[in-house]
Amino acid sequence: MADVTLNQVKKSYGNLNILHGIDLDIKSGEFIVFVGPSGCGKSTLLRSIAGLEEITSGELKIDGEVVNDVPPSKRGIAMVFQSYALYPHMTVYDNMAFSMKIGKESKAEIDKRVRQAAEILQLTKYLDRLPKAMSGGQRQRVAIGRAIVRNPKVFLFDEPLSNLDAALRVATRIEIAKLKESMPNTTMIYVTHDQVEAMTLADRIVVLKEGRVEQVGTPMELYKRPGNLFVAQFIGSPAMNILPAKIEKAGNPTVVSHVGDRKATVPIATPASANGAAVSFGVRPEDLVIATGSDYLFEGKVDYIEQLGEVQLVYIDIGRADLPLVAKLPGNVEVKRGETLRLNASAGDLHIFDADGHSFTLHREEAKAA
Amino acid sequence: MAASTGKSFVGRFGVHIAVLVFVVIWTIPTLGILVSSLRDKDQIIASGWWNSFASSSQTEAGRLPAASAQTQKDGKYVIEGNVFGDGAKRAISAFGTKAAAPTQYKAGTAADLGDGVTLQVNADGSFVLASPKAFEGDRGQRVYFASSAPPKFTTANYDAVLFSEGIGRSFMNSLTVTIPATIIPILIAAFAAYALAWMRFPGRALLIAVIIGLLVVPLQMSLIPLLKLYNGVGTFFGVPSKTYLGIWLAHTGFGLPFAIYLLRSYIAGLPREIMESARIDGASDFEIFVKIVLPLSFPVLASFAIFQFLWVWNDLLVAMVFLGTAPDQIVLTAKLNALLGSRGGNWEILTTSAFITIIVPLIVFFSLQRYFVRGLLAGSVKGG
Repeated sequence: MADVTLNQVKKSYGNLNILHGIDLDIKSGEFIVFVGPSGCGKSTLLRSIAGLEEITSGELKIDGEVVNDVPPSKRGIAMVFQSYALYPHMTVYDNMAFSMKIGKESKAEIDKRVRQAAEILQLTKYLDRLPKAMSGGQRQRVAIGRAIVRNPKVFLFDEPLSNLDAALRVATRIEIAKLKESMPNTTMIYVTHDQVEAMTLADRIVVLKEGRVEQVGTPMELYKRPGNLFVAQFIGSPAMNILPAKIEKAGNPTVVSHVGDRKATVPIATPASANGAAVSFGVRPEDLVIATGSDYLFEGKVDYIEQLGEVQLVYIDIGRADLPLVAKLPGNVEVKRGETLRLNASAGDLHIFDADGHSFTLHREEAKAA
Repeated sequence: MAASTGKSFVGRFGVHIAVLVFVVIWTIPTLGILVSSLRDKDQIIASGWWNSFASSSQTEAGRLPAASAQTQKDGKYVIEGNVFGDGAKRAISAFGTKAAAPTQYKAGTAADLGDGVTLQVNADGSFVLASPKAFEGDRGQRVYFASSAPPKFTTANYDAVLFSEGIGRSFMNSLTVTIPATIIPILIAAFAAYALAWMRFPGRALLIAVIIGLLVVPLQMSLIPLLKLYNGVGTFFGVPSKTYLGIWLAHTGFGLPFAIYLLRSYIAGLPREIMESARIDGASDFEIFVKIVLPLSFPVLASFAIFQFLWVWNDLLVAMVFLGTAPDQIVLTAKLNALLGSRGGNWEILTTSAFITIIVPLIVFFSLQRYFVRGLLAGSVKGG
């Protein structure tokens, strides 16, 4: 129902810059997830959109209107907090009705909307309870209900699942996904540090690091074509294997040599100027398979095995003690510690990044765009 | 539990014993005052309050009638009568004739006083003094006896103290001082505390520092300047110098620094998300204060109310300075002080007055003490 546009949004506390000029264009009805490590500014960014923090400079538009100086309640947003932030002395009903009572809505209207929201979230029989008599998952549903009754243009979620236990987290995640489906026109912005939540919920993910946007894209884009080393290692678990390498022959495909002078041919175009440049060579653990023929990428001794049942994480010593190679192999493959393994990956799953950590794929796309 | 806290059984036992000892030591004086105030005034003098449930015994001295009362009976000279005369009878357990041994003989037995003279004092006080020779002299035989009276409890002391000693009136005066002097600072301090905790404005930190600094200003130092100021302002408006308004303002002023300090630290500790959530819901600062902060701050408001109530109720100094000693203004503490001078020997008056003075603080404490313990925040945030 509303676009959210950020134009060079900066936030600083005194001399300490938290956000260094964020540009972001969120389309109406999108589910956007901000993800990043602790302290990357994702919560500050969300709170700035909510109006709980004033932005130092830049422009923030919701639904085409500049809202830099508009108080939170007038921005047409609703927020769900990590700690639920329910009013402990009020019943569930009063918690959900609070904003409408402040807004002086009619009793009938309040009752209608509260009951509607309670119906959606299966809270009808708890309406008379106090928050302290409810479980964590129920409390979080009340917090979501409180947001729904406000009928907002933009939903803001600040790590809503972090306080729930693992099983409940999965269940509530699915509920949020269904909630989004039932409200296709509502824009939702969701902050998390959990990449699983980001991958499963998002239409588009915004990866943040130290107050800067690293990459914006759909979950699969980020997974398949990470724009830089940070995104490559942040998305996916366990993290992508990154090895130092050298470009032997630039062009398309590119030939690189990595640990042990092994050569690999990567179907990514590199400019001729990159010949002989030091680069980072990346491959995801789940893309590695045991090589059958004489053609292989890595060879090394199995150092350690973590058996997870369905899959196993195999740590392989390829001659660099500080850089063990991790491979995610099917759980039923017989692997022994100390055994020498040869691993291969299909050429399409290989990544190379330049000395600054930028992906060469991105170079190509930028070149195309220009 | 014992294992998880790492305390041994002996350790916990010691703690419990220590707590018990302190509780007993602190409770005993109150109990003593209560019991004494309910006893008959003669019994208060005769025995301590810890003996009040046993019959109190007291040794009295008396003199039997002189020789002129003697009659002749069976060839003996006899003096008969009752040691209590026409007064109230008490049970006599023992008697004697020497001050050194006042309970030498059991009641109902005949004591040999030498020269064939015998004296028998019965439990009901009747006595028979018999002698083969005629009694002489106009001073009768000295006699000592131990009498006991059953425990006697009465509310007569309260009746007397409340309605004829003026304590009742003082009680009302104390309430007149205390209730507004408790409510006014709470109202002011709660607003101030919210503003100092959650509203951003220039000079906030300095203001907090000044208020904390005011905590250490001694009351005695500012009392007289304050009275002069009040009198000056009062003269301007034509208000008499000693009024209830004056003492309310004085107590409010002296209570505010502590009240703001206490309330601010509590309110500042309320979860930020709750306020932010209310702000997104469209509540103004005033609405957040009234609808969210005040209900959640009830425990700290109650605990400050207890502090302030007790302090004002027990105050003597400020009351002496800002209020007169006329019956319509004298507060309980001042009245008690006056009674100590005028009725210093009347323990039944003093203990009863004292108990009336402490009964209100006791009620206040016991009715509000659960707010010290109960956390109202449960359920608002995780683990709360």
